[in-house]
Amino acid sequence: MKRDLLLFTAFSLFIMVAPQIFAGGYLMNVLVFVGINTMLAIALNLLLGYAGQISLGHAGFFGLGAYLSGILTTTYSLNPWLAMPIAACVVGSLAYLIGLPVLKLKGHYLAMATLGLGIIIYIVFNETVDLTGGPSGLSGIPNLHVAGITFDSDVKNYYLIWGVTLAVMLFSLNLAGSRVGRALRAVHDSEVAAQVLGVDARGLKVQIFALSAIISSLAGSLYAHTMTFISPASFGFNFSIELLTMVVIGGLGSIYGSFLGAALLTLLPEILRGANDYDIIIYGALLMVMVMFMPGGLVRGVPALFRKVFSRKAEGGHA
Amino acid sequence: MQFDQILQYTLSGLSTGAIYALIGIGFSIIYNATGIINFAQGEFVMLGGLLTLSCLDLLKLPLWAAIPCAVAVSTVVGILFERLAIRPLRHPTPINLVIITIGGSILIRGLAMLVWGKDTHTIPAFSGDAPIAIGGATILPQHIWILAITLIIIMVNKVYFYHTISGKAMRACSYNRRAAGLVGIDVKRMVLFSFIISSAMGSIAGIIVAPLTMTAYDVGVMLGLKGFCAAIIGGMSSGISTVIGGLILGVLESLGAGLISSGYKDAIAFIILLLILFIRPQGLFGKADSERV
Amino acid sequence: MKVKVLSYVAAIITILFSTSVFAAAPIKIGALFAVTGPAAFLGEPERNSAKMVIDEINKAGGVKGRKLELVAYDTTGDATKAVQLATKLIKDDKVVAIIGPSTTGETMAVIPVAEKEQIPLISCSAGSKITDPVKKWVFKTAQNDALAVGKIYEYLQKTKQTTVSILTVSDGFGASGREQLKSQAARYGITIVSDDTYGPKDTDMTAQLTKIRGSHSQAIICWGTNPGPAVVAKNARQLGIKTPLFMSHGVSSKKFIELAGEAAEGVRLPSGKVLVCDVLPNSESQKKSLMLFVKDYQKHYKSEGDHFGGHAWDAVMLLKNAIEHGADTPAAIRDQLEKTKNFCGIGGTFTYSPQDHAGLGKDAFVLVEIKNKDWVIVK
Repeated sequence: MKRDLLLFTAFSLFIMVAPQIFAGGYLMNVLVFVGINTMLAIALNLLLGYAGQISLGHAGFFGLGAYLSGILTTTYSLNPWLAMPIAACVVGSLAYLIGLPVLKLKGHYLAMATLGLGIIIYIVFNETVDLTGGPSGLSGIPNLHVAGITFDSDVKNYYLIWGVTLAVMLFSLNLAGSRVGRALRAVHDSEVAAQVLGVDARGLKVQIFALSAIISSLAGSLYAHTMTFISPASFGFNFSIELLTMVVIGGLGSIYGSFLGAALLTLLPEILRGANDYDIIIYGALLMVMVMFMPGGLVRGVPALFRKVFSRKAEGGHA
Repeated sequence: MQFDQILQYTLSGLSTGAIYALIGIGFSIIYNATGIINFAQGEFVMLGGLLTLSCLDLLKLPLWAAIPCAVAVSTVVGILFERLAIRPLRHPTPINLVIITIGGSILIRGLAMLVWGKDTHTIPAFSGDAPIAIGGATILPQHIWILAITLIIIMVNKVYFYHTISGKAMRACSYNRRAAGLVGIDVKRMVLFSFIISSAMGSIAGIIVAPLTMTAYDVGVMLGLKGFCAAIIGGMSSGISTVIGGLILGVLESLGAGLISSGYKDAIAFIILLLILFIRPQGLFGKADSERV
Repeated sequence: MKVKVLSYVAAIITILFSTSVFAAAPIKIGALFAVTGPAAFLGEPERNSAKMVIDEINKAGGVKGRKLELVAYDTTGDATKAVQLATKLIKDDKVVAIIGPSTTGETMAVIPVAEKEQIPLISCSAGSKITDPVKKWVFKTAQNDALAVGKIYEYLQKTKQTTVSILTVSDGFGASGREQLKSQAARYGITIVSDDTYGPKDTDMTAQLTKIRGSHSQAIICWGTNPGPAVVAKNARQLGIKTPLFMSHGVSSKKFIELAGEAAEGVRLPSGKVLVCDVLPNSESQKKSLMLFVKDYQKHYKSEGDHFGGHAWDAVMLLKNAIEHGADTPAAIRDQLEKTKNFCGIGGTFTYSPQDHAGLGKDAFVLVEIKNKDWVIVK
């Protein structure tokens, strides 16, 4: 437990001083998005890595949070700090209600159902033009501000977003180590066995689904207030897939893994930018290679690789 | 007039549905033999159309020769995909398989973008495009081709799965892979076969639909999803239920667009899908067998 | 021998270095185009054209002795990426102006960045709301879709057709067109009797068209970009619909005729003059620019230059003019852009003013009809 706390403190410190190390104009902006994506990856990881339930529709919850915040603060000129929890509550309850029937399904049926859900939400964003602005998007969403500070620059947003992300991380780490976390893992391994041992598997799955949706919605609200513009294209099927990829590449069931996955997938396009039209190929190939050679994700694969390299070196030394 | 409209909606829906069905069967065949949901299935549809285009334009082949060439090349891609991506996988958990097929589909799409560019292309209809009147509705000769070819493929499938040794072996794999292995069936070979069949079927679907809907490097995504829906409605069967699933989906989409709202057309299809999943997760026609844990 | 070679090499290197030191630093121009993704049909010709013009300007010695440097990024049509890349262009690449993005959605997302960082943005997308209301730092070169709608409605009014059905694609382009179609209808005494949409990836529109056939309108207006409208044209032919079919300027390229084949015959659409440049009268002030652009594009990319590429061509040329007038800082370029008068570009004749950052009049469009696989101007 002490080691966990130490690791988290070290990580937080790293995040807090990172801007000083990489103080680049544009990089700051990318790091803000790393923060938002980390939050989303953690949300999905709670569901997928801990409870073992796949979702291909999480971009939908992310979008709902963004749109609810956006609409409440523009059309109804509500205070953003008030709009955010309202959005989270609405999305959470919605997810709970939908989760009741959806999470009865398993495996690819669950994948298909959540995928369908994501697409339906996306279509609603597109078609309710009077409310959401339709495909042309919703603009003029206000920045967040508190005590005279308006979060309108990348550096300010960085600290805002990462503050929330770290809180989400801490909460998730605690959750994973708690009774609930152990019950979740039991459900993951065998739902029947967990139920026999007195775990309310179904209730737990629905609750974690709702929690995951709430975190996604929160990330969505923050996204809307930092971007000040949202359009449906950001919340489509492709983004759901990207989130899934972050979680898997980072490492299922690992909170820090989610950070690694989100950081890699957010920074990758920046690195591949020089590759012009080839980046989509490299992206696809990388995805396949990762699953083939590092199925445990970066968080497990990289240390294993290190051990392998070093043990080989040691052997070489003996010979 | 109203009757004419309904007839037209239904006929349009049936022809779109036939395509969904062909793609859906491709999904089911692989799923039954391997337990994999092949997210790259839609890309074979794209390859079929674009390869035919290349055979026609670059190799100057006549249409009847271009089609088998295109199918053959897509099948080779299917074999390569199975050999290079699926077989070497050391930890074939369902999630890993989902990701690797998604990775494969992105890769194939990217390569296609390099080869054929980003433009939309079209190939000529098989036998002209003079409309044929049926009642108050009209269809094109190509629609008849689509329905006929779908029908032929289903019949060939039926014969293969029930009257040949390798087809029976594949069915055995779908019931219980380990047991199939124990009685001496080469399961790995069956997996390869399933990829060959489904990539060939996907590309045929792509070819027969291209004269109507045109084709581009990115057509596979949406068609793949719809095919997946058809397979789910049909209970992941590789036979007639998936075909009916596809046709139902097509007709409902078309009726939804015409009678309710064209903007929500896809949403209607997916809502129906969700309802089916909630009420009858084994598919519309499946027997309520125990869930696969 | 070796020494001799070495000394030559050294000499060449010194020459190279000295020229690069003495020549003034190049002026950096940023560009955001959707080169991949669903809007690639816009982004690719735009990037190609921008590259082509800038190369040519540099070959001719640059602007006032200074070379131009294009820093172009691919937004993939995603608004989030467009915003990130705009920040990158401004903060890392330190560009003096930005051309693009390609779509209205991306442009709306980038506008707050440009306004805050005070960098002139010349958008290549058509949405009217980009420059309405006028934003200090934002200009555009693509013709407003309001003008395109006006062109069609004018013709309908002249030919006394009063009921129309509209069928628009559900993306930014279609949504913006639909808005204009609905808001301008009353002014021309036109009633919209049926209003349908289709998805950008849809492959069959017979359902919508069957419904439209039932509505007995006098004209059908379809608003979308390839390949959707080609499917609409084919489906309309299949259903035997004889009602005149109008399209948007979004399909005014040879590609549409190729895709729709026979079904394209008789389709009418408003188009930039670039399509019909070879049949324009010589008195037309734009003709010189148009012919130059089409010829150049053909030479560089072996395909026909379309008006999407033209938007980027116009944007670069407008910037070049501003820099020629002595502007090399973002603020000075903005001020010079606003003073642009009667610039004959590809999209039309531009005249910007503090009240108008779109700069084009209705004469930017001509109504064309497809006859025998070619364009004919409708009188």
